[in-house]
Amino acid sequence: MTTVANDPNVELRVIGKSLPKVDSAGKVIGLTAYADDIELPGTLYCKLLRSHLPHAKVLSIDTSAATAIKGVIAVITGDDLPIKYGIMPTSEDEHALECEKVRFVGDPVAAVAAVDEETALAACRAIVVEYEPLETIESIEHALLPPSDEPIHDYAGPGNIHRIGALEFGEVDEGFANSSFIREDVFFYEGNTHLPMEQHSATATFVGDQLTLWSSTQNPHYVHRALAKVFEMPMGHIRVVAAPHGGGFGGKCDPFSHEMVVCKLAMITGRPVKCTLTREEVFYVHRGRHPVMMWVRTGVSQDGKILAMHFRTALDGGAYGSYGPASMLYTGALQTTTYNIPAYRFEGVRVFTNKAPCGPKRGHGTPQPRFALELHMDKIAHSIGLDPVELRRRNYVKPYTRTINHLRITSCGIEEATDRVIEASRYYERKKRLGHGLGFAVSSYMCGAGLPIYWNKLPHSECVIQVDRGGVSLYCGATDIGQGSDTVLATVAAEELGLWPTDIRVVSGDTGLTPVDLGSYSSRVTFMAGNAALQAAREMREILVGAVAEKMECSPKDVVVGDGKIGELSFEDAATLAQLRHGVLTTRGTYAPPREIGGRYKAAGVGPSPAYSYSAAVVDLDADPYSGEIQLNKVWIAHDIGRAINALSVKGQVEGGVYMGLSEAMMEGQLYRHGLHKQPSMLDYKSLTFFEMPEVETFLVETVDLEGPFGAKEAGQGPLLPVIPAVVSAVYDALGVWVDEVPITPDKIMRALDAKAKGREGRYGPKSFPQISYPTIVKVPPFDASSTAF
Amino acid sequence: MLRLPRFSYLRPESVAEAAQILSEYGPRARIVAGGTDLLPKMKRGQIEPEIVVGISHLPELRQIRATKDGGFEIGACVTLTEVVDNPALQAAFKGYTRAAALVSSPALRNSGTIGGNLCVDTRCNYYDESYEWRKALGFCMKKDGDICRVAPASATCRAIASSDTAPAAISLNATVRLVGPNGEREVPVESLYQDDGQFYMTKAADEILVSLRMPNPGTWRSSYVKVRNRGTIDFPLVGAAAALQMNGSIVEDCRIIITAVGPKPLDVSQSARPLFGRAIDDAILEEVAVEAAKPARPLDNADISYVWRKRMVRRAVEQAIKEAAGVA
Repeated sequence: MTTVANDPNVELRVIGKSLPKVDSAGKVIGLTAYADDIELPGTLYCKLLRSHLPHAKVLSIDTSAATAIKGVIAVITGDDLPIKYGIMPTSEDEHALECEKVRFVGDPVAAVAAVDEETALAACRAIVVEYEPLETIESIEHALLPPSDEPIHDYAGPGNIHRIGALEFGEVDEGFANSSFIREDVFFYEGNTHLPMEQHSATATFVGDQLTLWSSTQNPHYVHRALAKVFEMPMGHIRVVAAPHGGGFGGKCDPFSHEMVVCKLAMITGRPVKCTLTREEVFYVHRGRHPVMMWVRTGVSQDGKILAMHFRTALDGGAYGSYGPASMLYTGALQTTTYNIPAYRFEGVRVFTNKAPCGPKRGHGTPQPRFALELHMDKIAHSIGLDPVELRRRNYVKPYTRTINHLRITSCGIEEATDRVIEASRYYERKKRLGHGLGFAVSSYMCGAGLPIYWNKLPHSECVIQVDRGGVSLYCGATDIGQGSDTVLATVAAEELGLWPTDIRVVSGDTGLTPVDLGSYSSRVTFMAGNAALQAAREMREILVGAVAEKMECSPKDVVVGDGKIGELSFEDAATLAQLRHGVLTTRGTYAPPREIGGRYKAAGVGPSPAYSYSAAVVDLDADPYSGEIQLNKVWIAHDIGRAINALSVKGQVEGGVYMGLSEAMMEGQLYRHGLHKQPSMLDYKSLTFFEMPEVETFLVETVDLEGPFGAKEAGQGPLLPVIPAVVSAVYDALGVWVDEVPITPDKIMRALDAKAKGREGRYGPKSFPQISYPTIVKVPPFDASSTAF
Repeated sequence: MLRLPRFSYLRPESVAEAAQILSEYGPRARIVAGGTDLLPKMKRGQIEPEIVVGISHLPELRQIRATKDGGFEIGACVTLTEVVDNPALQAAFKGYTRAAALVSSPALRNSGTIGGNLCVDTRCNYYDESYEWRKALGFCMKKDGDICRVAPASATCRAIASSDTAPAAISLNATVRLVGPNGEREVPVESLYQDDGQFYMTKAADEILVSLRMPNPGTWRSSYVKVRNRGTIDFPLVGAAAALQMNGSIVEDCRIIITAVGPKPLDVSQSARPLFGRAIDDAILEEVAVEAAKPARPLDNADISYVWRKRMVRRAVEQAIKEAAGVA
């Protein structure tokens, strides 16, 4: 385990500067080879035949007509890939190709390798599949009823319930009994998808007994494991290379059908096989934001202190497990990291439906409850006549505390983040006018999940630095998905070695070359891989400094490192000197989260993180009192980054999060009709354009976390979270109506305005939360420091 | 990615030759100019021509020229950007150039033509989908199927008129020249369209729209208001074109055309009669706009709820009149 004491006053040379990313030049001039740019000699092209029915038994598949088409080299079905896989060990419920039943429109049933895509597509259309349709489950409510024919899956249950749980921390009933005010609210958050610019693409080769897969994946290690399982091959014979990325956002975190299929077809044909999804297929592959119904009840004291909270969620998981067990728990885990909640009860359920499977999208399972919680806080404040910002301040968690659900809070900049956006937006100085509103919200997010996806005791991140003839190479399994992780690793190493980030050659995301990093998910890379890189770089620095000190006949303490020099020697000369003594220089670093960050109850694995980032946002908008149309004016956002490794890159991440949050809040929705995705295209699935994107003013709050590399925390996911409730809150401020559902489209605002005009409650949103038979509540004993999770 | 299916591309030397090709091949051939409508639809299998006839290289279709009556004739293959950037057109036909400026995005306006926009296919979110998607649905009467998915009881297709420039051109009494194998005819833009989303144009399959003739606007002032989800790219959810003849602040005549509320643009000028002979005020505007919105029949086949779209007709008409009158 690595912990690095961080001195906020130490002078740093490259950490914190606003520098271009180390891989930006190739992207700017168009030389970066993304997964779809990989073209090996003799490549065959693959297309998948997908189910056109939402739920059906597969009675037969006849591929003979497809095989007969000139140019078709191989056709496979589920019989060729019988072993199931899935990202979570508890939900390995996917076949690369389904041969018994299909569970959503888009479920793959067969695959073709042909000399070109056109032929492969024609062959797919020539495959005859005989189906027996089953009842389509299209909503949470429907999924909660006993199935009329058969459940979507033959595991979990009862019926179409995938996961269900109930936990209580502290004395909730007592808390409510002592409350002077109690409020209940119901919310709905529509599902939406990642919408990366780059469609998924994968190319596989099978040469000798070595399988190689190049893929647009965020998690090459988990894909590696899934391939080993499906093909019953030793991991040492499989190499997964994460190609440079055109956007992930969580959508490339699962092992996917097309990845398995190109590998299998490469094995059968002996030729490289490539599959690039169409945009429509990306909507079906999905694994995006779960639609979530939420009910929350909170009791507060006379002075607005939260005394008890009861939170219920119901997630529409779509057709497969994916990250679902974690997603469900995340809808209940991080309410406690912003507000001190002394008694907390959480009941959650995830159901299967016949839609594209949901999974992790930026914020994984937390934007939905954060949306509900922040609006709920607003409503409590209005109900008891307290300013919404003040109500929050009275309940903010303090740094270096423990939450009721056992999460360890370290550095925490929520107060300062609040101050920054409230001051900058002149929140309290505005003049009220109809149609103009400001909304405020806060949030926090993890800097990496405390536990890996599958149980193992190995480090979460490992890094090797090699110095040879003065050249520095850094090897790490972390995957740069555009978030800048290669830049983070290079900058950390450069700081320690007295170099510039572009002096470090980063080799990342390649299971054949790089030691394991678990992947680019849960905002873990800067914190975890950054610490591994820091450890390796410090060790390398010691070796170089030692060699130079010996030559200079001085103490290593007196060797100054910086500006490309180690003491009096250039870096290259120092490296050569050290290499003469030791041979090629290699050092390594590892990182695993400390044990004491979480509790030890069942489900305690979701929520703990070595640190939490904090964000606060104010949204300024105009909302039209006739049409409900929104004009976004400005967003102020303050983000507790711990310390920025690269300030420019952090701001890019923060602003990207703001953009994605605004887009989800305003218009995005993965909608279904007749069992079909309603608009699987980039024209008709609406997302914000430059025209709607307002100015964003970003403030970085630097709390210098004691354990983050140089004090750094995450920026990839947290800043999205407060934006969504802040938009809805601002609409209330502007028009006096609540829309307790996102996206907050103009027709919903219009309906809330209509209700208000008719003298009813000025609100649009779900009327009630479904009746759910949650299991008996597990009362979790208080945190005991001598008995921690892992 | 979605790939274009195979087709033959023909490059006629003249409009007459192009018309001859259309006549010879019938529905197997389609005209292409900017390609912004046809090519994506070919990729999705919504339109499946064997022969694509390019016309945008023909110089006679690429000209903007002043006509003797003080109006303009705009060749069908003039791009939307060229129209938007033309100061003379802007001055004379503000509603029309505004509508052209609101079509899609700059990249598509650089490619898309004015003739193509007048002929742009009707839209429906049961139809503007890939072949595989439409197959999963069981197709619809506009392509490969036999019922209207959004209005199953309807005998005709209810896909939505989606040209921004058509209502503006109609409001300005524009005409189009059509060339077919048997010669040429000139018809009002208004009569180009009919209330059927599948067979939405009245012109014969072998007639080519060669130019748009905008008559001398005289003292007519015009505007176009487009309602859409986002400030760019999107097709209209509601469009309203207004043209006004004013004597000082007094309205003498007014034409209002609304679109995207059914399979063809609707002339709702009758609703403007209360304005005649008086100055514009909010009360009279509301009365006019409420009346103008009555024939609108949006259905659940586009973005955002149809109830909202219906209500937005009123707003669009009010704004269009105000803008045309210069009182916005």
